[in-house]
Amino acid sequence: MDENEDGPAPALAKIKHIILVLSGKGGVGKSSVTTQTALSLVSMGYNVGVLDIDLTGPSLPRMFGIEDKSILQGPAGWLPVEVKTNRETGSLKVISLGFLLDHRGNSVVWRGPKKTAMIKQFINDVYWGELDYLLIDTPPGTSDEHISIAEQLRFSRPDGGIIVTTPQGVATADVRKEINFCKKIELKILGVVENMSGFICPYCAECTNIFSSGGGEKLAKQFDVPYLGNIPIDPTFVDMIENQSTTNETLVQSYENSSLYDIYQGILKKVITI
Amino acid sequence: MTTEVLTQVQNPAPQDQILPPEYQLKEKEPEHCPGPESEDAGKADACNGCANKDICESLPKGPDPDIPLIVDNLSNIQHKILVLSGKGGVGKSTFTSMLSWALSADEDLQVGAMDLDICGPSLPRMMGCDNELVHESNSGWTPVYVADNLATMSIQYMLPEEDSAVIWRGSKKNLLIKKFLKDVDWDYLDYLVIDTPPGTSDEHISINKYMKDSGIDGALIVTTPQEVALLDVRKEIDFCRKAGINILGVVENMSGFVCPGCKHESQIFRATTGGGKKLCQELGLNFLGSVPLDPRIGKCCDNGESFLDTYPTSPASVAVLKVVEALRDAVGDL
Repeated sequence: MDENEDGPAPALAKIKHIILVLSGKGGVGKSSVTTQTALSLVSMGYNVGVLDIDLTGPSLPRMFGIEDKSILQGPAGWLPVEVKTNRETGSLKVISLGFLLDHRGNSVVWRGPKKTAMIKQFINDVYWGELDYLLIDTPPGTSDEHISIAEQLRFSRPDGGIIVTTPQGVATADVRKEINFCKKIELKILGVVENMSGFICPYCAECTNIFSSGGGEKLAKQFDVPYLGNIPIDPTFVDMIENQSTTNETLVQSYENSSLYDIYQGILKKVITI
Repeated sequence: MTTEVLTQVQNPAPQDQILPPEYQLKEKEPEHCPGPESEDAGKADACNGCANKDICESLPKGPDPDIPLIVDNLSNIQHKILVLSGKGGVGKSTFTSMLSWALSADEDLQVGAMDLDICGPSLPRMMGCDNELVHESNSGWTPVYVADNLATMSIQYMLPEEDSAVIWRGSKKNLLIKKFLKDVDWDYLDYLVIDTPPGTSDEHISINKYMKDSGIDGALIVTTPQEVALLDVRKEIDFCRKAGINILGVVENMSGFVCPGCKHESQIFRATTGGGKKLCQELGLNFLGSVPLDPRIGKCCDNGESFLDTYPTSPASVAVLKVVEALRDAVGDL
């Protein structure tokens, strides 16, 4: 038995807020929302840590443009990879399994127990230092990773979860399962974000609802949880992520200048005032 | 002082899960040795005092007795195709449903579609049968028939409520997957199309392990054009190679969107690194084609209608049918 089996993980002791980003469905933009939340919080001057527990499909190293970095072992624990922000206030640190792979194309073929052990290490062995926010990006589903993170955090009192969905019924059906999971583990739902909601044609400015629309709001109403807002499909966000190595700006600066920044501020304000 | 954590964690590739275990005995097997991989390894009388006892005890024991039953149950299925992608939400289920519909349009073909996504089953809804229940009979579980020649199976048919969360660890999911293969009365099928969840974990390891002896024709890999998706898809391809699963080809979904207002095409998920085609060239795989985004596909999936039947002339339908042809070619059926 571990010495801290019945208490909060000491490694998380200096973290003020813990927020999970969840969705039953894959590819709805959990990692994009995690990235945007992190960048927005940093630009507001907070110290932010991001933990990626999608072990078999980690996307965050790519998102933050730090795929070639490694986690180092310090005297107090594993040192997260730092993302340059060029700011006096506001820092950004990331932990992901992606940093532990020899080659970016390598697969991580793990059954549940091994995933559980890794998540336990991520929670107990990482030296985050003082953080205002720790964001936890999760894989789709309600299985090993989710059960494990819920167990690991049960004494650390996470603030709650942001639920990400896309508008179409096939996605919200899976997300409803995730909300029921949150209820079962008594994780507070901070709200629902609808991603990929409409695409504005750059040629004629007509908005097409590629993945339908309104599903997120309906879902929030059905479960009586806050609806945080919708994020349109914006190909320039993908461009920003993909081109970050070739610009002189930090990712935070590029994001502040992007059209999504204001939209996301509106969403985030509702989360951090809760 | 800092050292790389990598060395502590060890290389995260437990090949022993997929490949036969490798081991080395400290000394030659003694007389009456039950065999290091037998049921009694490490437990027989001859094992007491043998230097190999610990090694033999920790080895996985013998073949799974259920595998011959699975082989028997699947023996009347001609072609078995896995639909895989490392990434979620790229259209695995959409493609599985379209493939099943396209195949079953030929009345002479018997088609089955199996949903291995235990925590997020989407296939029943897309096939328009999410309120059905599975029936049990002498010959096993009867699949849900969407058409006379199209059978489906999913955990969704067993949930007490539509929205029930399936909070299962991997070991429990493996048991259900085994039941789907061993106890579902598939009868004769020309094609069994298997939809999988994203990732490279329990479901993927198990389906390969349980079906290896029945013979999997291969995997259809679904991707979207952008690098964040391709990154995960590369991992899935790496998994297939490690696990010895033949890759039939790669299909790129959601590539390009034609605005219904002005007919201009936009690249919503821009292929900054060359998309699926480049990936195939790089890795020496068969590129089966790209399917454009069409908002009506999502609508049809939500309503459980066949997009191919409802909009047969749409460019997306034409593209899907081309991929289906290429796929049938790849399994040697045409």
